[in-house]
Amino acid sequence: MGFLNERERRVLTAAAARLLPSGPDPATAPGANEAGVVDYVDQLLSAFDHDPPRIWAGGPYSDRAGSDTNHFLDFLPLGRLEELAWRMRLEGSRGQPEREHGGPVRGWQEVYREGLTGLGEDFTERDPQEQDSLLADHEELRLLLFEHSCEAMYGAPEYGGNRDLIGSRDIDFPGDTLPRGWTDAEVSGLPEPDRMPS
Amino acid sequence: MSFDPEAVDTVDAVIVGSGPGGSTVADVLTAAGWSVVVLERGRNHLVDTEPPHERLEHFSNDEVKFLSRRFLGPDPLVEPRTFRRTGSAEEHDYVGDVNDLPATVGGGGVHADGKLPRFRPEDFAPVSASGPMPDSALADWPISYAEMEPFYGCAEWLVGVSGDNTGNPFAPWRSRPYPMPPGAPMRGALLTSKAALELGLHPYAAPTGANSAPYDGRPACRNCGHCAFYGCPIHAKGDPVAPLQKALRTGLMRLWPECFASRITSAAGRATGVDFIDPAGGSRHLAARHVVLAGGAMESPRLALLSGLEHPALGAHLMFHFQTIVTGCMPAGTDMLPMRGRSVTHAHDDSVVPDARAMMAARDAGLPWIRGGLVEYGSVAGAIGTAKIYPPGPQHRELMRSQMLGTRLWALCQQGEDMPLASNRVDLDPSVRDARGLPVVRVTHAPHRHELVAAEHAKVRLTELLERMGTDWAAGVTSPMPEAPFGGFLSPISQSKHVMGTMRMGDDPASSVTDRWGRLHALPNVLVADASPFVSSAGYGPTLTLVALALRNARALAGTSLPLPLVAAQP
Repeated sequence: MGFLNERERRVLTAAAARLLPSGPDPATAPGANEAGVVDYVDQLLSAFDHDPPRIWAGGPYSDRAGSDTNHFLDFLPLGRLEELAWRMRLEGSRGQPEREHGGPVRGWQEVYREGLTGLGEDFTERDPQEQDSLLADHEELRLLLFEHSCEAMYGAPEYGGNRDLIGSRDIDFPGDTLPRGWTDAEVSGLPEPDRMPS
Repeated sequence: MSFDPEAVDTVDAVIVGSGPGGSTVADVLTAAGWSVVVLERGRNHLVDTEPPHERLEHFSNDEVKFLSRRFLGPDPLVEPRTFRRTGSAEEHDYVGDVNDLPATVGGGGVHADGKLPRFRPEDFAPVSASGPMPDSALADWPISYAEMEPFYGCAEWLVGVSGDNTGNPFAPWRSRPYPMPPGAPMRGALLTSKAALELGLHPYAAPTGANSAPYDGRPACRNCGHCAFYGCPIHAKGDPVAPLQKALRTGLMRLWPECFASRITSAAGRATGVDFIDPAGGSRHLAARHVVLAGGAMESPRLALLSGLEHPALGAHLMFHFQTIVTGCMPAGTDMLPMRGRSVTHAHDDSVVPDARAMMAARDAGLPWIRGGLVEYGSVAGAIGTAKIYPPGPQHRELMRSQMLGTRLWALCQQGEDMPLASNRVDLDPSVRDARGLPVVRVTHAPHRHELVAAEHAKVRLTELLERMGTDWAAGVTSPMPEAPFGGFLSPISQSKHVMGTMRMGDDPASSVTDRWGRLHALPNVLVADASPFVSSAGYGPTLTLVALALRNARALAGTSLPLPLVAAQP
């Protein structure tokens, strides 16, 4: 299972550490790697290894705000056109006419594979300035990885990132608040930072 | 009753689109005993098509699913649109997401944060009320607010609107109260309202299609904070689940998701049904005595054009709301609580009636007048969305922790009135096809000078309000932003999901596409039940008005008269 090989995982980890770096103490200043960005990206790129594909988590509730069951874990099936669209987005059009009605599409798998190869085997050993300069030379990868790093940092953990809610806790972001929700007084009232759904 | 085309011969009506307009018509027609099939191009996450038609539970507080991964569709990789600026020499300047409204059962009703204001009497007669606007096609509607008023009341009770009859001096007269009082005011909205009152503005609790109490078998809103751009996980929102559920439970309606109407068939000046593409991709025909177009003001004219209908006004007079968005950052330590409540709870309407300063701004620009629109108080506070705004690098975490664009951010957005222009239009793109092989919508659009002047004026006024609130800084932008590059949030393509006016109604078949009852002049057994027939855009979201119009016109079609049996009963 999974799309990325070990070498690609190492390079991606080093690249993500430049985009959303952790601080001197990752426990109190987490970055994309503490959140699990590699697992997030790999789960997305290999979404169709699973049935239903891991594109859309289920509903209505996670188990983070009062539900005994985590419905997010039951991913939702895709329709015919949705599957076509997500295969195009992930796999690219691969020269198949039914995927090229609007012209060729470059898939995210290709963007990652080529981009991570382009950063070079020794990317992990280079100094930060060299890494930044290499990333700047691979703009397509850098932009996509930044988008995915943000999603991995603060999105629902069922997608593979935000491990132990490390990202959302860092900014006191409530995330899924149902079924508990907020009382009317909490909507209008003063902030209560200790009342984070856990 | 899943997809069972073999079981259906000729239906009384086929309805194309299951959003607020189509679902309202389905409710009216099935209540009158008509057999109905609703074709929806998107997926069904709203209501079980099998009896007893329970509400589905696919929605959730999940930013990845709704905002990063387009759960509500459409996906521009398989259903793109194209855009060009008016006057562009190119076939199109951009291919992709062009003002996409959800393609899903329930349509735009699913992702809306549910502000449901009425238009004002003047909005149905803008030329009579304010005088003409040079170089525009602004015109009076063939119907008046007085004709619409009973249907507004009916629509508010059908959808379930929480509101306050007395809070807004600019609100039009009404014959019945809102079915529910307003929900809990958001903290940021309270702070804005206080400053607005100090400036002599008139903030009020915006009428909102989110239940403040259990209503019509659906629960009260739990203030989860994920309203705009999300489906409601508990169906406390006035998305079209209620009318669809009622219509399905009559046993007279079939709801066929993932079915795309590709052509209205006709003979001897009457529609005979529609050709459609079924969920497996096969071509089919459905015979119908009446056809209802409710795919929105872009997809409905597209279907008419795909059907070979021709009229100079078909696709023309496309209107968005011209948004002026002024954001500001409150001092460190302030928490606006943007992720609690209904996304927007308060607004002011003062700019819909130009005051002396607005009239001076108009005169300075050589315009007879400028009008704004509803100004909503809210934020944009998703964590992922915020994270993507900051540049990557070592400072990213501290910027996120600073909450500068998070819980300290506040935004005022004016939904500015957009002038109808013959040159702003929808047609079929000459080269781009969707995954079904059909030509896609091409939008040609550039704002009238009225919108640009009104927006510059609004920036000044809204900045004053944020400064009064005590923000560290405030910055204004518009959407669309005609000179911006394509691809980002600020682009020549409007972010407003309020799309209107491409099949203008009127009494003269030479200058209008639909008549005063929403029927195509060319095919009188085709009813248009979305925002396409709107003659002007007003400064208010179109949903309640299109639902009220759909109620009125569907009742006329079915011969159902007032008093109105469709009002949802309080449990």
